[in-house]
Amino acid sequence: MNEILRVEGLSKTFRLSRKQQQIERTDRKEIVAVDNLSFTANKGEIFGLLGPNGAGKTTTLRMLATLIAPDKGDAFIDGCSIVSQPEQVRAKIGFLTSELKLEDFFTPNYLFDFFSQLYGIDPEVVAKRKAKLFERFGIDKFAEVKVANLSTGMKQKTSLVVSLVHDPEFVIFDEPTNGLDVLTARTVTDYLLELREQGKTIILSTHIFSLVERLCDRVGIIIDGQMTHCDTLQGICGGLSLEDRFFDIYKTKKGGLE
Amino acid sequence: MKNNTWTIIKKECARFFGDRTMLLTTVVMPGLMIYLIYSFMGNNFMEPKDLDRATLYVENMPESLHPMLEALPLDMVTEDVDFEQLRGKLALKESKFAVLAFPEGFDSLTAQYDPASGLPAPNVQLLYNSASESSQQAYTMVSATLNAYENMYCNRFDINASVDESAVFDLASNEDVVGNLFSKLIPMLLLMVAFMGCMSIAPPSIAGEKERGTIATLLVTPLKRRELALGKVLSLSLISMLSGLSSFTGMMLSLPKLIRADELGMDANIYQASDYVVLLLLIFSTILILVSVASIVSAFAKSVKAASTIMAPLMIVVMLVGMLPMMSGTEVSNLAYFAIPVYNSVLCMSQVFAHEASMVAVVVTIVANVLYTALGIWILTRMFDSEKVMFSK
Repeated sequence: MNEILRVEGLSKTFRLSRKQQQIERTDRKEIVAVDNLSFTANKGEIFGLLGPNGAGKTTTLRMLATLIAPDKGDAFIDGCSIVSQPEQVRAKIGFLTSELKLEDFFTPNYLFDFFSQLYGIDPEVVAKRKAKLFERFGIDKFAEVKVANLSTGMKQKTSLVVSLVHDPEFVIFDEPTNGLDVLTARTVTDYLLELREQGKTIILSTHIFSLVERLCDRVGIIIDGQMTHCDTLQGICGGLSLEDRFFDIYKTKKGGLE
Repeated sequence: MKNNTWTIIKKECARFFGDRTMLLTTVVMPGLMIYLIYSFMGNNFMEPKDLDRATLYVENMPESLHPMLEALPLDMVTEDVDFEQLRGKLALKESKFAVLAFPEGFDSLTAQYDPASGLPAPNVQLLYNSASESSQQAYTMVSATLNAYENMYCNRFDINASVDESAVFDLASNEDVVGNLFSKLIPMLLLMVAFMGCMSIAPPSIAGEKERGTIATLLVTPLKRRELALGKVLSLSLISMLSGLSSFTGMMLSLPKLIRADELGMDANIYQASDYVVLLLLIFSTILILVSVASIVSAFAKSVKAASTIMAPLMIVVMLVGMLPMMSGTEVSNLAYFAIPVYNSVLCMSQVFAHEASMVAVVVTIVANVLYTALGIWILTRMFDSEKVMFSK
């Protein structure tokens, strides 16, 4: 197995504003979102980060995508450090999340070309790739419709396609099916499997057990910013269903469900 | 990927020029509005209005003044004038008359009066209602006539009286009069419209992208933050420049109308192509700074609305700086003044309009402005790189 991602002691602390302190009903000035996280992912696998809301999954993925910088630790994607070589990392990865929006004013066609230019892709390659991806996701009929006028599902598909203009080897996907309608969700998960067949590596975060069972080769369970378990799906479950096993782990770690 | 800045510029321009509403409100409207408003103000407010003919009630009309008052465009009533009754009526703002009351035997009283005696002079009462335009106009005409009569009475000397109508007493050249006027007015107005352009363009492009979450999509691409900052500032400056040009054209075309230059015998065409080139360079370098400031504020703000709110007090500061040459004059000997941002541009523009510009000052100003812009772009780059600034909620 080829190791493509190595995460070493990644930590991130956020300062709480007074308002946030009131909402969280705490006197703490800081909150540790990710606490000394280490794991690896291999080329050609789908790695899932599983955990409840607020466990630090999104923060971890945003650090890997170089949108935010870790306080401590580092991670290497295909040998490039997210701390010291963020631009090289950005060229290698495709980051997908519902947070990344597209400008309403432009059409999918324009946006595909625009982002392709930012990645410095040859126009001929762009044209071929665009035709293929637009057809695969059914965007071809809406290629000249402004994003503002697209349906929610079509917007999400366009957003996905635009994140993949450079055909990245490494895809980071935060909550792949969050907010998607059932049809779009299915299209997306099918496509992730397709990407794996092409030999791409995918790291995704989710709190949906069935999604992990259907897609992931290996799973890391994150609770309170710490990785409690990291293994293949079979290795973690040990005969139990993922859901039962997860709550066992959760109770052991937190001493109960509350 | 050296072309990334260019890619950003192209996108910003596509965004702007593809949006007809934005194009209309930021480029077409400012010039057109300034032209229409200034022309309208020039044509209407400065011109005496055609009002209804007012009536002048005169009590004890003296022989001496009768011909002069009768020559006024007023309907005169001299019989049966009831002073007290008219006084009551005049309190209504709809009244269209004025009342003039002479003391009995006015002519003999004035003939006998000796100013050296220290006694009060014979008094004439002129009642009017300033809320009624007709009455006010009647008052103005009558009091002018009375003053002229009083002057005639004891004329000892005249100022600039001349039989020859073509005699000139103000020896300033047309160029200097117009140049002086323009150098005080236009730089401040230009600065104001340029800043207003930046205010309407920068927040949607930067704070808007932040607010809508589209900037994060850009930040995960290999696009360098410096390229993004440079691309944004250049494209926004280009668009602001168009807005500024539109206002400038509107202003230059309509200012002569506003100040009624042709009636005052002034000619506004006193500048050469080279003057305009220098002005354009100055304006563009100023817009670069203003856009940098507006961009930094927009990058800092959480929303377009917040950005506009922070920008409002800045606008006042910029306007005050714009008025400085009006108050302190344009003669500045120390070149260091031309390194003060915004002030240097206003000063230079004033000098160009007054035909006093020195090439050195213009060069210092433009170089200083470009350096400040570079500093602004550096700050903006740092802000785009800061997760605290970009993802603050």
